[in-house]
Amino acid sequence: MMMIIQTYGTMLIKALGQTVLLTVLSLVFAMIIGMAFGLMNVGHNRLLNFIGTVYVDAVRGVPLIVLAYFIYFGIPQGIHSLGFTDFRMGPLLAGTITLSMNCGAYMAEIIRAGIQSVDRGQMEAGRSLGLSYSAGMALIVVPQAIRTMIPSIINQFIITLKDSSILSVIAFPELVNVGKTIMGNTMKCLETWAIIGAMYMVVIITLSKVSKKIERRVNRGR
Amino acid sequence: MADSNNLGSSVSGKNKIIVRNLKKSFGSLEVLKDINIEVSEGEVVVLIGPSGSGKSTLLRCLNQLEKVTSGQIIIDGHDVTDKHTDINKVRENIGMVFQHFNLFHHLTVLKNMTLAPVHLKILSKTEAKDKALKLLERVGLADKAEAYPSQLSGGQKQRVAIARALEMNPDIMLFDEPTSALDPEMVGEVLAVMKELAKEGMTMVVVTHEIGFAREVASRVIFMEGGYIVEEGTPDEVLDHPKEARTIDFLSKVL
Repeated sequence: MMMIIQTYGTMLIKALGQTVLLTVLSLVFAMIIGMAFGLMNVGHNRLLNFIGTVYVDAVRGVPLIVLAYFIYFGIPQGIHSLGFTDFRMGPLLAGTITLSMNCGAYMAEIIRAGIQSVDRGQMEAGRSLGLSYSAGMALIVVPQAIRTMIPSIINQFIITLKDSSILSVIAFPELVNVGKTIMGNTMKCLETWAIIGAMYMVVIITLSKVSKKIERRVNRGR
Repeated sequence: MADSNNLGSSVSGKNKIIVRNLKKSFGSLEVLKDINIEVSEGEVVVLIGPSGSGKSTLLRCLNQLEKVTSGQIIIDGHDVTDKHTDINKVRENIGMVFQHFNLFHHLTVLKNMTLAPVHLKILSKTEAKDKALKLLERVGLADKAEAYPSQLSGGQKQRVAIARALEMNPDIMLFDEPTSALDPEMVGEVLAVMKELAKEGMTMVVVTHEIGFAREVASRVIFMEGGYIVEEGTPDEVLDHPKEARTIDFLSKVL
């Protein structure tokens, strides 16, 4: 155990950094994607509803590993076949796209449900005062929806952090990928995966502690 | 005031509200069947009738919270059923008070009132705040400016909701069963504020089951049933000397 930590400590910390980097990047984009598709799904425009539903169904209907292979191997090949033979996509970019798309679909559902949980009368009151639909959304409905969404959003953050491990299959140097290397070099499977597991656990438990605090603070004003 | 703005097609007249041949269906269910009403400035029109008679739907059509199926509604000279009319602009002049108050739960009383006028740049932040405090004083809630809606009683919530609507300086006020969700001891305080408003000459359309309020305040009472206007006239005519059998029947149940 000590041997692994001494020899591979810096490598593990770096890998954890990559895991966190990939997760944070993906969460930022997932929030944007989720907000966009979530709003599409609550509106009354049939075309937007349709696009939103197709996106959510498509992404949720595909295992994350398939999506990762599709984006990392499939998309570049497709683009090459169009004649753009210089096109390259690194593991970080492919990984971020994969995780953002995946997390974004779940986020869209969380946001849709959150918005729909706000009483219709809130929007009506806003509209009756002369506010536009988008102003009503931005100033009245979404701020109230976010409160109910926070626990689900943080839960989704944690799931995404764990899902980032799947991107070890596209050679992204995150924790699991580095773990495989260490296991191959040392043959110490038990210690290696115990250490990796513990590292995930520390980050995730910290995250849920922070989330509990945020939740309590947000609920205080109610 | 709104007449000076270009809000699309304009029809002149001193009538504040004109409803012509209004029909409204929800799917195959026809809720309003050929409604015609005119409301002139300063009038207080009270709509009564059994539930499902279409009175709330009619009220909600006036500010287009419900889209009409056919017919025409002209508010302050602006045809709100015309697609080219800027409905948001027209709504600035029509205050609405809801049965369930619909205060914004995440904002203080003061913010509830100042949100729309400040966002729409009708009032500056300071103007809006000063005005809100004056209005709160008028409805007897000067000490509640910083309270959240959840800290208020039903009657207080409804008075805030009225003040919020007045903050926009509307020249028409719509009330959709404003006292139906209140505990009996709180009905009086809300009706008192409404009476005050009526006395000041506000044009009001009120859907209510408070027959006493109608008798005391209404300049006209309209009895609706099954999507039609069955009878209309002064409170004395409709409430005390009804001619239609259906009006008599309804009044015998509620009085």
